[in-house]
Amino acid sequence: MNVLLDHLPEFREGFLGTLAITAASAVLALVLGILIAGFRVSPIPPLRAFGTAWVTLLRNTPLTLLFLIAFFVIPQIFFPGTSPFVLAMGALGCYTSSFVCEAVRSGINTVPIGQAEAARSLGMTFTQTLRMIVLPQATRTVIPPLSSIFIALTKNSAIAGAFSNTELFNVSKLLSDKGFAIGWIFLWIALAYLVITFTISGAFRLLERRLEVAR
Amino acid sequence: MSEVSVTKDATPDALVALSGVNKHFGALHVLQDIDLTIARGEVVVVIGPSGSGKSTLCRTINRLETIDDGSITIDGKPLPQEGKELARLRADVGMVFQSFNLFAHKTVLENVMLGQLKVRKTDKKAAEDKARKLLDRVGVGTQADKYPAQLSGGQQQRVAIARALAMDPKVMLFDEPTSALDPEMINEVLEVMQQLARDGMTMVVVTHEMGFARSAANRVVFMADGRIVEEAEPDQFFNNPRSDRAKDFLSKILHH
Repeated sequence: MNVLLDHLPEFREGFLGTLAITAASAVLALVLGILIAGFRVSPIPPLRAFGTAWVTLLRNTPLTLLFLIAFFVIPQIFFPGTSPFVLAMGALGCYTSSFVCEAVRSGINTVPIGQAEAARSLGMTFTQTLRMIVLPQATRTVIPPLSSIFIALTKNSAIAGAFSNTELFNVSKLLSDKGFAIGWIFLWIALAYLVITFTISGAFRLLERRLEVAR
Repeated sequence: MSEVSVTKDATPDALVALSGVNKHFGALHVLQDIDLTIARGEVVVVIGPSGSGKSTLCRTINRLETIDDGSITIDGKPLPQEGKELARLRADVGMVFQSFNLFAHKTVLENVMLGQLKVRKTDKKAAEDKARKLLDRVGVGTQADKYPAQLSGGQQQRVAIARALAMDPKVMLFDEPTSALDPEMINEVLEVMQQLARDGMTMVVVTHEMGFARSAANRVVFMADGRIVEEAEPDQFFNNPRSDRAKDFLSKILHH
């Protein structure tokens, strides 16, 4: 029971670690996901092929395998000395971006084709059409699936703990190795995760309602 | 040799020229050897039964539909491939759709300003002035701050016309602009188009409104089964159609 109070600094650090890696990966996943979704609906065939390959490859690869590649292949060949945080962010962000991409693409498909046709008829380029006309109208449809994706990302971030990142899972392992009662540790860790995931779903619900009023 | 030069000389002021245009939708040969020239300031009304390829023809002119072969030139320039060049050309070709296609997340005013700001790079003040002037001209000036969904169909379509006009197009394409409207709203849209025609705008109008064709068109193009069957002045076409296909079509729509 007292394991929390006795190790408050560790728990706090773990919580902040999970928060940081989740937030950083979420931003990366969102930026990459929207970009790749743009590729996938682009009129330029090589971009479309790249987008399809990106999604197929990353979405179908086990996340742990991506972590192994990120930590044992990437630093060896490309960027020696990259921090574990950046590597974990890269693995989680790229993995999640494939899911974000598909959610965004499904949102794009819900916007009537006439909207894009009207924009193109005015002389807007593909990028302008996507950015100013299609994506803003796709946002509302994309919010609910994005919320699920980011909650999954939060929980997936535990894998980073096994790769020399300090976060909740890592802390729980550390404490249970020291012999503290595993039940209580898990309870506190679970609650900490719930705080993050509830915040995400709450924020997205708010966003959804806000966008509803705007129309 | 001399014949070729004659046909070219016959259309010295051609703004839109289609020659030998073919298009297939799968097995369906939707446009068959279309030759059509539209002179500057001319109002051409395209009519014909459903599925005759009228809308497709209209949409090929700004390359919303690609063609399989043949050529389309606008103001002497052939339609380029998808890209910046095509975008530039499309800015000079106004398009009005059957389903209005106003940007649902933008106000009426923003709809009319957007193209000016992002494509023409007009400054904001000038764009707004022009947008308000155009909205007044089509009679929806008081609705400027509303969203499209808050307007009636007829109002939306007039906004769509204003949006296209804001780009100072060389030619305006109308793809069945009144087909999605309640009967009582058709006239308010047609009046705007009549005015536009009187002002000398070059127009290609795909429509089922025979009254408009009679009163505003310089030329009627009758299409059936992917071909241009007959081209004539409206009086000649409606009173004295030459082809059996056109006679049949007119007898079905005019007498009831």
